[in-house]
Amino acid sequence: MPVIALIEHDGITVKKSSYELVSYAARWAAQSGDHAIAVVLGSLSDHGELASHGAAKIVHIADSALDHVDPRQYVSALRAVMQEHGAEHVVLAHSSTGKSISGILTVASDAALIHGINALPADGVFRRGAYSGKALAYYRPEAGPLVITLMGNSVPAEKQDAAGEVINMSPDLPAAQLTRVEVKKVDGDIPLPEASKVVSAGRGMKDPDNWGIIEELAAELQAATACSRPVADTGWRPHHEHVGQTGVAIRPNLYIAIGISGAIQHLAGVNNSKTIVVINKDPEAPFFKAADYGVVGDLFDVVPSLTQAIKDYRQS
Amino acid sequence: MNTLVCISTTPETTAKIAFTGDGTSYDSEGVNYIMNPYDEWYALVRAIEIKEADGGEVHVIHVGPASSDIIIRKALAIGADAAFRVDTEAREAYQVAAEIAAFAKDRDYQVIFTGKETIDHNGAEVAGLLAGMLDLPFVSFANDLQIDGSRATVGREIEGGTEVVSVELPVVISAAKGLAEQRIANMRGIMMAKRKPLEVVQPTEASAKVKVAKYELPPAKSGVTMVEPDNMKELVRLLAEEAKAL
Ligand SMILES: Cc1cc2nc3c(=O)[nH]c(=O)nc-3n(C[C@H](O)[C@H](O)[C@H](O)COP(=O)(O)OP(=O)(O)OC[C@H]3O[C@@H](n4cnc5c(N)ncnc54)[C@H](O)[C@@H]3O)c2cc1C
Ligand SMILES: Nc1ncnc2c1ncn2[C@@H]1O[C@H](COP(=O)(O)O)[C@@H](O)[C@H]1O
Repeated sequence: MPVIALIEHDGITVKKSSYELVSYAARWAAQSGDHAIAVVLGSLSDHGELASHGAAKIVHIADSALDHVDPRQYVSALRAVMQEHGAEHVVLAHSSTGKSISGILTVASDAALIHGINALPADGVFRRGAYSGKALAYYRPEAGPLVITLMGNSVPAEKQDAAGEVINMSPDLPAAQLTRVEVKKVDGDIPLPEASKVVSAGRGMKDPDNWGIIEELAAELQAATACSRPVADTGWRPHHEHVGQTGVAIRPNLYIAIGISGAIQHLAGVNNSKTIVVINKDPEAPFFKAADYGVVGDLFDVVPSLTQAIKDYRQS
Repeated sequence: MNTLVCISTTPETTAKIAFTGDGTSYDSEGVNYIMNPYDEWYALVRAIEIKEADGGEVHVIHVGPASSDIIIRKALAIGADAAFRVDTEAREAYQVAAEIAAFAKDRDYQVIFTGKETIDHNGAEVAGLLAGMLDLPFVSFANDLQIDGSRATVGREIEGGTEVVSVELPVVISAAKGLAEQRIANMRGIMMAKRKPLEVVQPTEASAKVKVAKYELPPAKSGVTMVEPDNMKELVRLLAEEAKAL
């Protein structure tokens, strides 16, 4: 049966992570000779590269009621597509949207639910992290429909040509349960869970006024910024930057940890990053054990010269 | 107005991670369990604040074995009024949600709180399932909650900011950082907790929809490559050519 991927977008472009979703859905569906359906909810002018990432069909419900996420309306819209196209399985992003609708969709579809999948299924077994990233767990869902959320940056988007036939639908939707009052966006930030590169700093920074060098490095790399918990707790940095066991769990391609000791609770949220660079003046800092590249030195010297070296590299 | 707080337990954060011989279950031998921080620090405290402002009772529920009673008592010591423990070893979110839904169905809770996620599995699965089973609205990852009559205004974490929504009660809310300030149980609270009810509830024996086939420790890192602090050019070269991370 076809596999559905729910596309996330900002009204103008498809989110990068959603190409990972469609490509995952297509490869999963292909295991049983089937195809992927990309579902677009709300107004979106450009379907981008959904077809070349494996969407055999693009089902678009352009109702402006769906411009904001209301779990009940989203689930109702997805159920309409599932019924119309005989789809059983749904792939959602492991995002605030994905996690706010997955449970309700699971109950409405009499499905099983697994969050945070980080690999394609093998013989019906799905892999995800467990014990705060310190282990891997392999889950076997019971036969029947399945709803999963896919961890970003874990299964790369793959180009695979598909028809990308656009089908417009306009099912009746129930009234919204959540009324949006406002959105407070943090300006200029790359959202942490989406970022493929992250520059993170800790108490070694000494003072919030010193963060300029971190922001310059992040800007040069087009990376998101993050921090350790005490830094967020003391108000040096905003809460949403706090990574770790009790903060955001991330798995970017590149994580640069600056003036962070590498406490086990911090590592829990970042140790699935592909490449970890640690900059710390203490050669005994536990973080070095989890690092791929390490620099022992004073961050106030090392960080600016790293920024400069990246500039030079870009220009060469 | 009455609220219900769902409490999960998790191995202490420094606990060693090991699995039984066949790799299908966590080896909890000698491991200390704690209350899930999101439940203890944010969900429970916000529920107690609501009681302090508007009256009513705070109930806590846990689906798990008798060995969790000590953790449930801690919730009572922090300020919950009554506790319920569904007596089953359920480990899977669907099962847990089904047990809580069966318990909460005919009771008049205006807000059912969970934590954002249990920090061992980072599941964040129970709350949405519970909302689906009880057919209630669901607001995930709340970092602010104001109640005004029969409605609530809730701030929820989204990528790169906060979304503020308004919703009719009753509602299921999962608690993120910022929802409340952590409270510590004091001596009086601990004494009072001994006299508060902790009721054991028989499970409905909802079945699991997902089973663990095996656990595995991730492959060890191959070791760190050190770079001299005055040679960032080399670090950039390694990141570009070896790690392909730039
Ligand atoms: C239940 C629980 C949950 C927790 N959850 C989290 C979590 O989610 N995330 C998290 O981050 N923490 C968490 N913690 C806290 C964690 O245990 C550590 O206390 C915290 O991560 C330490 O932050 P830090 O590395 O910034 O500070 P520190 O441990 O103080 O480390 C500062 C580092 O900076 C280095 N340094 C200082 N000056 C310089 C310089 N000039 N140049 C270079 N290096 C320098 C020092 O050598 C040191 O290694 C949790 C704790 C508990 C108990
Ligand atoms: N066994 C349990 N008993 C009661 N509540 C639970 C249990 N497991 C999870 N929860 C609740 O669901 C939230 C999210 O958990 P999870 O879906 O396991 O990440 C937790 O913060 C708890 O509030």
